[in-house]
Amino acid sequence: MAIKLKEISNQEEKIAPGHRACHGCPETIIVRQVLHAIMAMGKPVVTASPTGCLEVCTSPYPQTAWRVPWIHNAFENVSSTLAAVWTTYRHFIKLGKMEDRDIKFVVFGGDGATYDIGLQFISGVIERGQHIIYICLNNEAYMNTGIQRSAATPLGAWTTTSPVGKVIPGKTEHRKNMVGMMAANGAPYAAQAAPHAWRDLMTKVQKAASIEGPSYIDVISPCPRGWRFPTDETIYLSRLAVETCMWPLYEVEYGKYRITSRPTEKKPVIDYLKAQRRFEHLFLPENKHIIDEIQRKVDEDWERLQKLAEMD
Amino acid sequence: MVEAMVKKPIVKALEGDKAVTEAIRQINPDVMAAYPVTPQTEIVMEFAELVAEGLVDTEYIRVESEHAAMSSCIGAASAGARAMTATCGPGLALMWETLWVTSGLRCPIVMAVVNRSLSAPLNILTDQTDMMGSRDSGWVQIYAENHQEVYDNFIQAVRIAEHPDVMLPIMCGHAGFVLGHTLGRVEVLPDEVVRKFVGEYKPLYSILDIEHPKTIGAYDHWDYFFEHRRQLFEAINNVLRVIPEIAQEYGKISGRYYGLVESYRLDDAEVAILIIGSGAGACREAVDAMRQKGVKAGMLKVRCFRPFPADEIVKALKGKKAVAAMDRCECFGGEGGPLFIEACSAFFNRGLPMKMIDYFYGLGGRDTVPSEFCDIFRELFQIAETDKIKPPLVRYLAVRE
Repeated sequence: MAIKLKEISNQEEKIAPGHRACHGCPETIIVRQVLHAIMAMGKPVVTASPTGCLEVCTSPYPQTAWRVPWIHNAFENVSSTLAAVWTTYRHFIKLGKMEDRDIKFVVFGGDGATYDIGLQFISGVIERGQHIIYICLNNEAYMNTGIQRSAATPLGAWTTTSPVGKVIPGKTEHRKNMVGMMAANGAPYAAQAAPHAWRDLMTKVQKAASIEGPSYIDVISPCPRGWRFPTDETIYLSRLAVETCMWPLYEVEYGKYRITSRPTEKKPVIDYLKAQRRFEHLFLPENKHIIDEIQRKVDEDWERLQKLAEMD
Repeated sequence: MVEAMVKKPIVKALEGDKAVTEAIRQINPDVMAAYPVTPQTEIVMEFAELVAEGLVDTEYIRVESEHAAMSSCIGAASAGARAMTATCGPGLALMWETLWVTSGLRCPIVMAVVNRSLSAPLNILTDQTDMMGSRDSGWVQIYAENHQEVYDNFIQAVRIAEHPDVMLPIMCGHAGFVLGHTLGRVEVLPDEVVRKFVGEYKPLYSILDIEHPKTIGAYDHWDYFFEHRRQLFEAINNVLRVIPEIAQEYGKISGRYYGLVESYRLDDAEVAILIIGSGAGACREAVDAMRQKGVKAGMLKVRCFRPFPADEIVKALKGKKAVAAMDRCECFGGEGGPLFIEACSAFFNRGLPMKMIDYFYGLGGRDTVPSEFCDIFRELFQIAETDKIKPPLVRYLAVRE
């Protein structure tokens, strides 16, 4: 269904202003985009978050920023928690205790809770076909606890647990291919999205909400604190991530890959890296090979993605 | 409303694990989320058959770990479901983080724990180290001595957990293999009697109530955390009142009455053994053997360990000349096992003297026989006669040293 900005702007905000997210944080922007996309479909929503930035900045007792039902259990287990809420909902409908209002069940989880500690739980939910929409707010590190590296942190990035020293220049590994894993796991819908491309993101959310079965959307979430950039450049960084193909916008629907938005001109990764001080050490002459490796991997992944998208 | 007692009991030969499954079948909960682990596997296997045969309405979530089992139960309970699970030893250890979430969110989840030791060395047999290790997590804990109690405890557990003055999770422990895998005589109640006894679960709120959105699991700083924990402390202490109430009601339909503790030939006993769980069976035999010799020995079995029924224990043991606490769990580096420490504390805090020793026993499935309990009784009489405890205060029963 078409996303009509005029209609969406008249919808009620389901996450209240006055939350405690950092200046320049895109997480609540993304949450609003997701909730508005589902509300535009006329569907009620029940949400959940694992421990993380969004959780602490929206639920400091006795306040809450959530105007929709929301649950937090622990760090790793948000998938199982919300999936069981869905199971209970289906059960109550079956017993005639509850009317079927086609409630959508949405997780908002950080990359640590998703790529690392919660991976097994997401995998289990997908295998069991419990119908949740998992939105990963991917700021590429454990930002809530002070910028520790996760499996979503890109190669070469400085974090407090992949510091830049005399011997080791930042993170030494590439990040996981989470969308690929989720698709291979059997999720009928998996996608990558970015907040600057709001229409693309909201369309993906509506697709995820329309499909039978669990879905996964990984949303890049540029973090001024952790990535070391000015707080007014969040959306600019989101756009650069896509334009350099560091973060291509694509989806996998029943195993079929589709690139949802191609950059008109593929920019070099250096444009993206130089905009963030977490990569500043890469610009020392002795670290040039790391930039080369990042570019090589981006090119390789982009080629591969295009080939996958060409396949029937 | 109290049902008239069932006239003709239905007698079945059930394994302890099967007694749990039978109780779950009759309760017919909304959600069961469980992961197989020896020796709890019988429960999940039998339950899978019930689901496959359409004999329960329950949604069975076959999770990928015990952590996910408890996480699912928490989600289900928050949505207003009556949710259950079963585990043992290492499974309970893996759940540990979420045990605290369960009690903190006041989810009245019922869990069967088929008591098993913790590794290493790897051991799949019974002791109570698993449940004792989680004794302070805000869960109510009751233990069964025999197959009948496994069944009876589980049914009453639903009412205890969901009592409006409690609203806390509960674990029902029984010995792995010793009770779990052996056949025992169990009088079961008719299905409709059980269903009427447990009634329908009426949650205070549900995350599925989209008209009245709730934030569940908000985070607390120093400003509220302490108060919320204090509320939990109040709630669990209410259990000391609620368990006897529920037991009275259950007694009326079953003819079987349970308390927080159970005395055996204790009134005129001079010395006593304080024990939890299946070991009480052999201990009873030892009491009888001593009594046949004219020796005044007695036993006090603790059914409910959390909350700790200190008043009942002191009342039952007051005036005894010596008592041995039996701890079937490990408590490395402590002043003794949990039962010993808490019983000592109960006497001390009431200003009453008590000569008490502690025995660690039956770890990793080691059998404890009546003659070994008889030896303990003889030791207790020696303490009573000499008025002295020969060190050490804390001993290991029948261990090669």
